[in-house]
Amino acid sequence: MTGDIEAREAVGDYKAGWHDPENATIRFDFGLSEKVVRDISELKNEPEWMTEIRVKAYRHFIERPMPTWGNTEELMEIDFEKVCYFLRSSDQTGNSWDDVPEDIRNTFDRLGIPEAEQKWLSGVTAQYESETVYHSIREDLEKQGVIFLDMDSGLREHEEIVKKYFGSVIPYSDNKFSALNTAVWSGGSFIYVPKGVHVEMPVQAYFRINAKNMGQFERTLIIADEGSSIHYVEGCTAPTYSTDSLHSAVVELLALPGAHIRYTTVQNWSNNVYNLVTKRGVAYENAKIEWVDGNIGSKLTMKYPAVILKGEGAHAEVISVAYAGNGQHQDAGAKVHHMASNTTSNILSKSISKDGGRGSYRGMAKIMPKAENCRLNIVCDALILDEKSRQDTYPTMEVGNPTAHCEHEASVSKVGDEQLFYLMSRGHTEAEALGMIVNGFFEPFTRELPMEYAVELNKLMSLEMEGSIG
Amino acid sequence: MASNENPILEVKGLKVGIEGTSILKGIDLMIPKGEIHAIMGRNGSGKTTTANVIMGHPAYEIEDGEMYLDGESLQDMEPWERSREGVFLSFQYPQSIPGLQVGNFLRKSVSSVRGEEAARGSEFREKLTNAMEELDIPKSFLSRYVNDGFSGGEKKRFEILQLMLLQPRLAVLDETDSGLDIDGIRTVSKGINSAVRGTENGALIITHYSRILEHVNPDRVHIMIGGKIVASGGPSLAILLEDNGYDWLEEQVESGVEFE
Ligand SMILES: Nc1ncnc2c1ncn2[C@@H]1O[C@H](COP(=O)(O)OP(=O)(O)O)[C@@H](O)[C@H]1O
Ligand SMILES: [Mg+2]
Repeated sequence: MTGDIEAREAVGDYKAGWHDPENATIRFDFGLSEKVVRDISELKNEPEWMTEIRVKAYRHFIERPMPTWGNTEELMEIDFEKVCYFLRSSDQTGNSWDDVPEDIRNTFDRLGIPEAEQKWLSGVTAQYESETVYHSIREDLEKQGVIFLDMDSGLREHEEIVKKYFGSVIPYSDNKFSALNTAVWSGGSFIYVPKGVHVEMPVQAYFRINAKNMGQFERTLIIADEGSSIHYVEGCTAPTYSTDSLHSAVVELLALPGAHIRYTTVQNWSNNVYNLVTKRGVAYENAKIEWVDGNIGSKLTMKYPAVILKGEGAHAEVISVAYAGNGQHQDAGAKVHHMASNTTSNILSKSISKDGGRGSYRGMAKIMPKAENCRLNIVCDALILDEKSRQDTYPTMEVGNPTAHCEHEASVSKVGDEQLFYLMSRGHTEAEALGMIVNGFFEPFTRELPMEYAVELNKLMSLEMEGSIG
Repeated sequence: MASNENPILEVKGLKVGIEGTSILKGIDLMIPKGEIHAIMGRNGSGKTTTANVIMGHPAYEIEDGEMYLDGESLQDMEPWERSREGVFLSFQYPQSIPGLQVGNFLRKSVSSVRGEEAARGSEFREKLTNAMEELDIPKSFLSRYVNDGFSGGEKKRFEILQLMLLQPRLAVLDETDSGLDIDGIRTVSKGINSAVRGTENGALIITHYSRILEHVNPDRVHIMIGGKIVASGGPSLAILLEDNGYDWLEEQVESGVEFE
């Protein structure tokens, strides 16, 4: 109990920081072994090929050393034996909120999910711990052949598609955490949009960690067939505990010729979550992939949404913001690989650190020798709110073709006293003034969000600013 | 302590320094209600410092002296408290806030200074539309970011737009005329006159040209040199200064000429 209180004090007014009593129907013991991996697969009645991939991935995970870059100190602190790798809290996935166990339903009520669903979404899945507890999709979309399921159901009901694409964008051997995810994945979303279908309103997934020392390893696969489009939105929160949780997702996107995928994330983790996520998309001819990625909170985030521009005329857009407060490190960025001619990419990264928080931009942009006339534009802006905080940039560019047109701009700035004075002279307190500057700084990101998320993010940042000024 | 006898602004023996250097060396200033005063002076004489200190800029150290708004001491008030009490500063160099939309900012500022009611509904919108028309500011302005990429003239007009919406009791205008063309100066002057004449409000216009004063017709003109007010007089003082220059004026002061 005291630990929880300490943790709460450490994070201040973290709004999603409550937790429910844990009513698990199946809970694995802490720690990881080949048996745990096989048990998860068996529990889910998976086909043999999936069990095999899991086991191979597990072996790779064990052999693979920790990354030697990034915040290695924090990474070394992760104790994989103290993580719970599977926790089932409901025996079924409900298609109506009435089918969801009451305490879990209350959680999502408090987070405003059912309300958002009615107002502006095409479909919703809600994941609680390891598995999806709620799922719905608008009927008209289902009739047009749009598949929107949790990943476990996706594997059961559309095994052929999953077998074809699972791990095709991010193989388990990509990095230590993609191996871990592949070994123990559970939940996540599976989406297939048929040729030429445009899903007008966004679909949303919501991920909630509730239990202590929990690992959440969702796996998402989105396939937009030729000329189709979809906007997927995900939100994540966890309660505040004094011990750490681990969130390690893998997200694979395939935008087939002429398709358009927008993937929006707003994560607001409490500051004891390790958030180590691999996200990558492949864009074929004239396809477009957009990552809109907001990272607030967590203990350590390492996340670099990537796009492989595989077909001519493909386009990538990576817009991200990160906010690091006390005891937090946001190591985020973007990767683009221009493999084909006439491909274009825009990267915009905005990062704020405060109260000793640390923000790092890590970027990798590659233009292959065979890719002619590519365009690449990178802008990284960082804002430091006090002397204790820190911002670094680690950009890497490999331009293998002389016809490429590359631009790179980076800036680190501090909030100016004169800016604050100007706003204070208009009747705004120092905290309000800071909130206005910070929200203004994030605006190029915020305006890309669905309205409801934009309002939430602005409120959240204003609260963060109030928390610190006495 | 509000009463009709109180001046809207009274500054007594104000000495101000920054990082150990003293800038203002004893300023006395008294603006009765309904009056407009001007401070003229060369670059570096301490005009902006005076304006900032009245608004409560945290970087300056008040070494001595007092400031009163309608009989109430300003000394212990934060800038936002002064603003809510009715002090307004039109900045010589307005700050840009990227990402903060003008419309949003205006509504929030009116709400903070004059209360939520004043920032709500059709009344606010009407006031805003009228003020923008008067200042020749296009509608598209509202979705731009505060002072971000504004021309000099746009910045000054925007300061006056804020002045008109916030309806202060004391308006301090720091070189609002520089950057404005003659039409702009005329509009601003009209605005200042209508905000102060025949009311309980007051204004302090800081400038180094007499041009704006021809339109405003101040009650008193004060000349500042080296952090001190060295001469005060009627509007004719501004013309005298314009005709003869600061060097001449300095000589006059040194040889003991009084301008009252
Ligand atoms: N923030 C500051 N730090 C150091 N010196 C300052 C600062 N502000 C003003 N000064 C100095 O104070 C003097 C008066 O400046 P200012 O009030 O801006 O004059 P004016 O507005 O009349 O041009 C100048 O010598 C200037 O260099
Ligand atoms: Mg000045």
